[in-house]
Amino acid sequence: MTARIIPDRLQSPLQRRLKSWETLLLAVAVAIFIFNSFASEYFLNAWNLSDATFNFTEKAMIAFAMALLIIAGEIDLSVAAIIALASTAMGAAAQIGASPSVLVLIGLGTGLACGAFNAVLVTVMGLPSIVVTIGTMSLFRGISYIVLGDTAYGGYPAGFAFFGQGYVWWVISFEFVLFAILAVIFGVLLHLTSFGRTVYAIGNNPTGALFSGIRVARVKFILFLLTGLMSGIAAICLTSRLGSTRPSIAFGMELEVVTMVVLGGVSILGGSGSIPGVVIAAFVMGLVTFGLGLLNVPGIVMSIVIGALLIGVIALPRIWAMRRL
Amino acid sequence: MIKTFLRAREAILAGAILLLLALIAIRFAGFIAPANLANVFNDTAPLIILAIGQMIVILTRCIDLSVAANLALTGMVVAMMNVAAPGLPLIFTITVAIGLGTTLGMFNGLMVWKLGIPPIVVTLGTMTIFRGTIFLLSDGKWVNSHEMSAAFKAFPRAMILGLPVLSWIAIATILLFTLILSRTTLGRAFFAVGGNPHAAVYAGINVGRTQFWAFTISGALAGLTGYLWVARYAVAYVDIALGFELDVVAACVIGGIAIAGGVGSVGGAVLGALFLGIIKNALPVVNISPFWQLSISGAAIIIAVALNARAARTKGRIILKRAEHPA
Repeated sequence: MTARIIPDRLQSPLQRRLKSWETLLLAVAVAIFIFNSFASEYFLNAWNLSDATFNFTEKAMIAFAMALLIIAGEIDLSVAAIIALASTAMGAAAQIGASPSVLVLIGLGTGLACGAFNAVLVTVMGLPSIVVTIGTMSLFRGISYIVLGDTAYGGYPAGFAFFGQGYVWWVISFEFVLFAILAVIFGVLLHLTSFGRTVYAIGNNPTGALFSGIRVARVKFILFLLTGLMSGIAAICLTSRLGSTRPSIAFGMELEVVTMVVLGGVSILGGSGSIPGVVIAAFVMGLVTFGLGLLNVPGIVMSIVIGALLIGVIALPRIWAMRRL
Repeated sequence: MIKTFLRAREAILAGAILLLLALIAIRFAGFIAPANLANVFNDTAPLIILAIGQMIVILTRCIDLSVAANLALTGMVVAMMNVAAPGLPLIFTITVAIGLGTTLGMFNGLMVWKLGIPPIVVTLGTMTIFRGTIFLLSDGKWVNSHEMSAAFKAFPRAMILGLPVLSWIAIATILLFTLILSRTTLGRAFFAVGGNPHAAVYAGINVGRTQFWAFTISGALAGLTGYLWVARYAVAYVDIALGFELDVVAACVIGGIAIAGGVGSVGGAVLGALFLGIIKNALPVVNISPFWQLSISGAAIIIAVALNARAARTKGRIILKRAEHPA
């Protein structure tokens, strides 16, 4: 008799379900791609498609970290406000002649500091993350409003433009490369490391995870730091791309990030989800907004499609399951 | 015992509001004149009405992020209806507003009840759908003051016993839901479902249906506020009350409504709304830039939730806590 291999994760039902979710999403993405190619003659153009990636790269960077946070049963609604604050900090530094590398450090530092602030409130003081981050969302953006009011920062150094406007090779933008690298890093972190396993464990049963020797508070602390850091990176890209900072920068982006994560198959209740799913969801949202944009559909109508997609993609499998019973 | 606890929490908030008023009065005594306080109350009335609806939803462990979009959509529909047929009686307009709001709320409720989709996902989706629908209906155009009929605009501002109708509607809402929450089976069910859903099931309460009614009430109040808002400001466009849902949630949190469900009171929600309303109205008066408002309400939310958590943490499972923070 050979030794039986004891699986360290649920093989069949969970994985099959996840697989079918991602397949469904991929099918949606392909369908949108084909539809767009027929609907507009400008769609299948390498430069246009490259432009389309800017619709989602910044949001997706945050969505990777947010996915881990939501899988662990927490949420961070302050990410867009962190972008506003980090962008304001960078803008203030640019006014006194900071170099691009210093600006990047300031952006990352502000993101980390905001993440740490959320982390302390949630993990050390034990407050519910949804309320805390609604509060810090107003607080962080509020500081930007105090600093800037109705004015704007501009005048970023020339070298700073590369992060949001530079191309690495042909039509491949720096942002897209960063997006791809971060996708791989987060995919490995969540799916191939013990840290990733603890994230799932915490999301499925925090008490059980605690009794299994997982330092729940510390893992959550790290996840909030990561989300803050990713918001800082997104702030660098967005500020560099726009070339200016207003306190209303990235307004409402937190909801688009959460939509992307949920569309990617991450359970809002925690405990399940995958990075490949979030990556596909990013492409779906990017393709939808870009394709509709080519057809001169206004942005607000696109949001109907995104909203309907969010509810429909979750509701349809449930309605289907109810029919079969 | 819980009751005394709650009462104490509201007393703290009421004390904070009085302190705030005192501080403002030092800088500008005219602010606490009765006429001005009545103005502040009237200005805060929409927030009060929505906060009561949101409170009921939060009591049942849900959240409704679509209230502001519901308000804007209903407001646009009644405004366009008024432009198309200025002669329609006011009671019809109000019925349509409440009816449409209720329908939109019921849609949220059905998604949560029948399909078991998490409330935050449902209302995030319907929020964007409702907003987009306004654009589709209005084609991005504004309905301006001169297009609305005089009766349509006059109703919320009509004075009865020295207070505008808008204020009276807020007062009526406060009284009505204080009664419903304390004196009806459904009202008690909201608390039961949020406090302990499993026990609620054993007590014969249908959790999903109770949540459905919570969303329906929230939708109805949002619809009513939609008409009042559009009539009072005499303008309707796609972005009215944009982001207002967060103010509404903030008012609830400051008012001591536990986001985990089961704990809260109408009085708390009203005080939370008044707290935000006073800050908003006082900042220009005491010469602080209105740009401070956002961060002040953010700080207020964080302080309120920290205080509430501290108050709730007295009882509990000591074994778990030791394990969590080893000495």
